[in-house]
Amino acid sequence: MPVNPQLQGREFPPTAPYLVGREKVREFARAVFATSPLNHDPAAAREAGYDDVVAPPTFPVVVQEATLAQLLAEPDGGIDFGRVVHGEQSFSYTRPIVAGDELVATLSVTSIKSLGGNDMLTAVSTIVDARGSHVVTATSTLVVRGES
Amino acid sequence: MNVGDIVAERTFHLTRDSLVRYAGASGDFNTIHYRDDIAAAAGLPGVLAHGMLTMGIAVQPVVDWLDNRGIVLGYGVRFTRPVVVDPVDGATITVVAKVGAIEDTETRIDLTVTFADATVLGKAQVRVSLV
Repeated sequence: MPVNPQLQGREFPPTAPYLVGREKVREFARAVFATSPLNHDPAAAREAGYDDVVAPPTFPVVVQEATLAQLLAEPDGGIDFGRVVHGEQSFSYTRPIVAGDELVATLSVTSIKSLGGNDMLTAVSTIVDARGSHVVTATSTLVVRGES
Repeated sequence: MNVGDIVAERTFHLTRDSLVRYAGASGDFNTIHYRDDIAAAAGLPGVLAHGMLTMGIAVQPVVDWLDNRGIVLGYGVRFTRPVVVDPVDGATITVVAKVGAIEDTETRIDLTVTFADATVLGKAQVRVSLV
């Protein structure tokens, strides 16, 4: 089943709040070889003006994951996870994520294109904090390989 | 600072342990990132690093260069080639970060990320604001 073109323009319900834990930030930082004291040491982070340890730039993917799960679970979506390849990823930040943030992500599918037998789907996840202020937008382009 | 200046350059060594660690930290437990049999059945040349791991590592030299002198406004990449992580020898990734453009409010840093003499990320760009 090909990707349902009617997904284009669809907005999904906001995800359940994701509470960013200090140890999660440290764990993620270690996994991406991030060694800055800002990522690990709350005192260093506070001295630099942050409330707690600062998450590395690609940490939003952890929060975005819940939105991609929504997309793959969409009953009429037609997206076979086994055929999905991550084509592009970008982040646009208003501020860095810090431990203690409670984040909610809202997904919208902004574009679906067919190219050479594959479908290219652009998924935009807008991530806001507990006050509703924008933190970061995470955009993924997924390539869904056609059946050959 | 001029366009073309190299602001950071670093080599990272990934092992299978790195992939398992990233899987746990990120929640991405796709089996092609730690099981040879499943990677082979999918027609892949071997177990691959998560694209998001390569992306996450590649920006670190820029983060360290920035230190407290600026913030990251945006970061984007295209995943153009896989990084195959050998069970014994791992995989070595090299990152070179160059000034790509200088504008009033932001500076663009372009990353060249290579594995086995080929670039693995396309259009890898970090937009930063220097204070």
